[in-house]
Amino acid sequence: METLARIPQLLVYGVVSGSILSLGGIGVSLTYSVLGFSNFAHGDIMALGAYLALALLPAASALGISGRPLGALSFGADFVGALLLAVVATCAVVLTLDRILFRRLRNAGRITLMIASVGVALGLRSLIQFCWGPQPQYYSAKIQRAQVIPGLGVKIKPDQIFIVATAIGLTLLLHLFLRHTRIGKAMRATADNAALARVTGINAERVIVWTWILGASLAAVAGILIGIENKFIMPELGWQLLLPIFAAVILGGLGNAYGAMVGGVVIGVCEEVSTAFLSTAYKPAVAFVILILMLLVRPTGILGRRG
Amino acid sequence: MEQLVGVLNYIVFFGISAGIYAVLALGLNLHWGMTGLFNIGVAGFYAVGAYASALVCGLPPSAWDARIVGGFDLPFVVGLLAAVVASGVLALLLGIPTLRLRADYLGIATIGIAETVRLMLKNEAWLTNGVWGLQQIPSPLYEAIHRLTSGYLRAHPDLRPWQQALVSRAYNGFYLLLVIVIVVILYRVLRRLSRSPWGRALRAIREDEVAAAMTGKNVFAFKLQALVVGAMVMGIAGALYAHSARFISPASFEPLYGTFLVWVMLMVGGSGNHKGAILGAVVVWGIWAATDFLTGYLPFTATQVAALRVLAIALLLETAILWRPKGILPESRGKRPSHS
Repeated sequence: METLARIPQLLVYGVVSGSILSLGGIGVSLTYSVLGFSNFAHGDIMALGAYLALALLPAASALGISGRPLGALSFGADFVGALLLAVVATCAVVLTLDRILFRRLRNAGRITLMIASVGVALGLRSLIQFCWGPQPQYYSAKIQRAQVIPGLGVKIKPDQIFIVATAIGLTLLLHLFLRHTRIGKAMRATADNAALARVTGINAERVIVWTWILGASLAAVAGILIGIENKFIMPELGWQLLLPIFAAVILGGLGNAYGAMVGGVVIGVCEEVSTAFLSTAYKPAVAFVILILMLLVRPTGILGRRG
Repeated sequence: MEQLVGVLNYIVFFGISAGIYAVLALGLNLHWGMTGLFNIGVAGFYAVGAYASALVCGLPPSAWDARIVGGFDLPFVVGLLAAVVASGVLALLLGIPTLRLRADYLGIATIGIAETVRLMLKNEAWLTNGVWGLQQIPSPLYEAIHRLTSGYLRAHPDLRPWQQALVSRAYNGFYLLLVIVIVVILYRVLRRLSRSPWGRALRAIREDEVAAAMTGKNVFAFKLQALVVGAMVMGIAGALYAHSARFISPASFEPLYGTFLVWVMLMVGGSGNHKGAILGAVVVWGIWAATDFLTGYLPFTATQVAALRVLAIALLLETAILWRPKGILPESRGKRPSHS
């Protein structure tokens, strides 16, 4: 009984971590559908964003942004400023990588691109370790009191509400972007049929640049949200995220950005709820088991069309 | 003279490590180089081979161990066999759900299996002794050779110190020989396999799966066979590592050492070419070892230096992909089958 009583609370935690995974998964899905390869460096791009936010916090303070905590949140406006700076910096790094590496491999085939992305993952992680060391870096040492949601009997921290709200807000923004802007429509057209899109006069390189910008921005924000939720980050973060994020993406249907959102929440919830029955040490393996089950039962994913 | 013995000793150690990596690279060459299977979880098969052999050949749990089973004190050959079987079975279980799908799925599933294996090694202490790892793994013929060398030293008390040092380290030389023999045997077997109709079918699948299926090849069966055989080779590498290091723990099978270095070796050496795989292992392990010396002169902390070495390996991989995608020894087109 005690186990079952914990489940509503675990569901809340699952939605929080799942919404972060969704943001990461959307980026993987976008790169997959527009550039045509699974980017194994995506987890480390998220980690990079999380580290850059910490590094740029003094810069945000120097700009005169107040560090007083925002309402009940554990961080102030300066941190939000650092978040925005980190997003810009992450985009710059990723676009540079595209220029010096991925662009030269456009015609080399998607598996070569995948291997290159594994190398990028390794490189980014070693750079993080070089700059910040192997020990954990702390986001906030403050303990936040969780508040009970009236009527439901579950607790949630103000930071966690911020995380879920940010994830939902960004997802909505992305949806509007893909539906209503010229470049968003061009991205969807390229994802559907790259050759046809080019014939109709869509500038493929511009679409690719925007795909990287969107993917890297969401990745950076997702990494920072993990820092807020876990209170600390480590160089291995990116590698550890890879499995749950890809599980989320495949669960939702590889190349389907909306599927990745659903998949992220499902993986997050399953991982958290599993801790009621399994040792928490095996939490990372839960994503793998779901992935294998999904591949056996429905390899195209929940919302997927293509195999 | 003493220095020369030291250098020789280092070369022997270097050779053992490079040889074990050559075995791993040969396994990955069967997966990736010949069949196009995107395995980025080499460390998983490597670790399972190492633990299987260590558990079969090792000593029973001692009083202060956390584990309660394993340690049957069996000969090395049995351990090798156990490693091959364990890694092969793991590959079989992984291949069935993933090999009908695109390469991306296999890639992520192999990451998953490698991470899951590492979690189990850490947490199933009843079998693996957890993070403390398995210790005192016996090396093959160690007692016999030790008896010989110590007998020789007793019989010749007038040897110079460097001669004594040389004799007392004869076992490492023997192990290097064992590793070389295994590399050569595997090389010959794999070369033979790759020239057989089976190997040609694998390459056909790598080049164009649909075309291979059209000619009546059971693509799934061939891919599964390649995955299992390649994993068995990786298992052998695991066993060789366990019996030379004599101590293994989950930390020995981090993705960097177990997977990434092997990939860089194969890409640099020349994927699809067995000689290239072996050459790549020696060259990249040489570079890796050399960076250890070079980075010592840089004004950074030890952890920063470690990070820089990894960065150098990552850059080496990208350099190979960009400027020499076929590696030092590109795959040869091979002799055409001579049936006239």
